[in-house]
Amino acid sequence: MHSERMHTMALRIGIDLVSVDAVRESVAVHGEHYLARIYTEREVRDCTTPAGPDPERLAARFAAKEAALKVLRPGEVGVPWPEIEVLRRPGGWVELELSGTAARLAADAGISELSLSLTHEAGFASAVVIAAGALQ
Amino acid sequence: MNEEIRSILRDHARLPMDVDRLAVESDLYQAGMTSHASVNVMLALEDHFDVEFPDRMLTRSVFESIASIAMSLEELHVGAAA
Repeated sequence: MHSERMHTMALRIGIDLVSVDAVRESVAVHGEHYLARIYTEREVRDCTTPAGPDPERLAARFAAKEAALKVLRPGEVGVPWPEIEVLRRPGGWVELELSGTAARLAADAGISELSLSLTHEAGFASAVVIAAGALQ
Repeated sequence: MNEEIRSILRDHARLPMDVDRLAVESDLYQAGMTSHASVNVMLALEDHFDVEFPDRMLTRSVFESIASIAMSLEELHVGAAA
């Protein structure tokens, strides 16, 4: 049995795949300029090991940001990447937190829930984002 | 300016083709530039031309072609001889 609310819910899905080597090279070539432009301080902290920034974790986060952009559909609206933040929860799962323009785009689109899944294997990191709500 | 942009694309866009064969209006994403590579192009443009792309310019279309990049740089007051 479906409730009335369920009938009005709609979904959008976004996916992205990023080469870990490409991220490793960006960190090597652009360093802080790259990290500060794309990731929040919390994300950089979550991705930093004693050996330095871990390109595999960063690649997964970049994939998450791009997958989120696919559900936000910004068109000609500029969205700074740090406004789409991946938060690691103590239980081990990850969530998306939007701010600024990214949050406004989600609200305008009627997105009330975002769900994120990350994976990496064999030199690639991938993310899937599902957006749900009374989508416009 | 287009030659400087081509040089940056050659070093940072990871295109699976010769950048010299691209027309100024060619779609760089269709030519194989990933969104992550476009970030590297943006960072290299910022370093080379000593500019910062403002938030409103962080759209896919700004980095879509040599022509669109040149137009955006002109908007940021980058002259022909940087």
